[in-house]
Amino acid sequence: MGSRWSPYDNNGGTCVAIAGSDYCVIAADTRMSTGYSILTRDYSKICKLADKAVMASSGFQADVRALQKNLAAKHLAYQHQHNKQMSCPAMAHLLSNTLYYKRFFPYYSFNVLGGLDNEGKGCVFTYDAVGSYERVGYSTQGSGSSLIMPVLDNQLKSPSPLLLPAKDAVTPLSESDAVDLVKDVFASATERDIYTGDAVEIVVINAKGIRRESIDLRKD
Amino acid sequence: MSKATVELPPKGGFNFDLCRRNDMLTKNGVHAPSFLKTGTTIVGLVFQDGVVLGADTRATEGPIVADKNCEKIHYMAPNIYCCGAGTAADTENVTDMISSQLLLHRYATGRESRVVTALTLLKTHLFGYQGHVSAALVLGGVDITGPHLHTIYPHGSTDTLPFATMGSGSLAAMAIFESKYREGLTFNLVYCAFVEIPQRDEGVKLVTEAICSGIFNDLGSGSNVDVCVITKGKVEYLRNHQKPNPRTYISSKGFSFLKGQTEVLSTKVTLLEKPQQEEGVDKMEE
Repeated sequence: MGSRWSPYDNNGGTCVAIAGSDYCVIAADTRMSTGYSILTRDYSKICKLADKAVMASSGFQADVRALQKNLAAKHLAYQHQHNKQMSCPAMAHLLSNTLYYKRFFPYYSFNVLGGLDNEGKGCVFTYDAVGSYERVGYSTQGSGSSLIMPVLDNQLKSPSPLLLPAKDAVTPLSESDAVDLVKDVFASATERDIYTGDAVEIVVINAKGIRRESIDLRKD
Repeated sequence: MSKATVELPPKGGFNFDLCRRNDMLTKNGVHAPSFLKTGTTIVGLVFQDGVVLGADTRATEGPIVADKNCEKIHYMAPNIYCCGAGTAADTENVTDMISSQLLLHRYATGRESRVVTALTLLKTHLFGYQGHVSAALVLGGVDITGPHLHTIYPHGSTDTLPFATMGSGSLAAMAIFESKYREGLTFNLVYCAFVEIPQRDEGVKLVTEAICSGIFNDLGSGSNVDVCVITKGKVEYLRNHQKPNPRTYISSKGFSFLKGQTEVLSTKVTLLEKPQQEEGVDKMEE
């Protein structure tokens, strides 16, 4: 009984996304690791899928890259057919379908998708590996998610999705406060999660467009 | 006639019934609790008139950092210290137990403990437990016969070396030693008489660099550098000799934790009943 070849690896990493009334913040650390080794300290887990849709993914980065290429190809076909960029909610559904298409040999990727919806409001979609998804006000995925989620729950309480009439899930924070919160939760997760570190890349989407920034994290 | 072989208890040697029981329990889905492991970088080197030991200060439990500033350089005797990697409880207890045996031995003999004595006690203990006591050690000290450095593996085998590394960061640290350690650090008496190389400082610097290599390249190691320099009649325990990993960002606003973040759906208050004094029973005297 020898151990069988395994097609998956876990490259660690943490992703966070926060939606505001007129902006969306998507962030991920830049460490890629396997086992107890660091493969690189400068790997972007964030991918721009459309003008107003950005995805951050942790898990197995080979699968993530395959998924990104697949979505890019489908988005290109969409642009040829419709002569416009895909909206964020449409991209969210496409991502779900793409993941479920591989239900019995899944992409080992844990994604958060952020952007602006058709009204210009911030939106965040959170996924599991096989395509279950939900629109939320904020989310986190990856190795440090269990450390970050309770902090976000406390600071950015969201209404129950079962309430009628439906309430807005966006957070009440200003854009700069949201970016500050993201920096702080990443610094905290890096203190206690060995797979999170090196740097955090932060993407902000608002009416003006897309802005990127990054700060250093602990490198141990 | 009787085909059934009765399993007789073994006449001597070790008894591994509990190991078999534990295997059976694991197979049936009863898992043993997880331990605090010090996925670690520990190192040691011999210089001209002493030994330098080094360790990182991270303790992990799976992917979570359980302790950001733990101590991995353990006291054995006034002239002997020991770095531990593996299960934290095992390294702490095994060094404590042998340390007390060494103390009793000093009381009985009235002499300073020797490093080989500690080495023999540790390896016989570990061998007896057949690797189940998971302690990987770097033992160093200076005794009447000079400076000594040893490594001890969990199964009880030992090495005697001029420089040694152990733990999950051992390869990262050994890379530094193999490229930068030179015999001059140990034996170059003539050379240093002319050039006055601060040999102790050079040893500390190399050990610190080796530990840092583990801290930055091995995910099981992290936080700060501890160093211990043992020379004849003197010990310098440099706790947190280097702190290369400060927190990178602190929110300027701080956090407020408002009440009511978790909705209260219903409330029920049950008052504690005051215990009644039984009649006809004497009160306890005050």
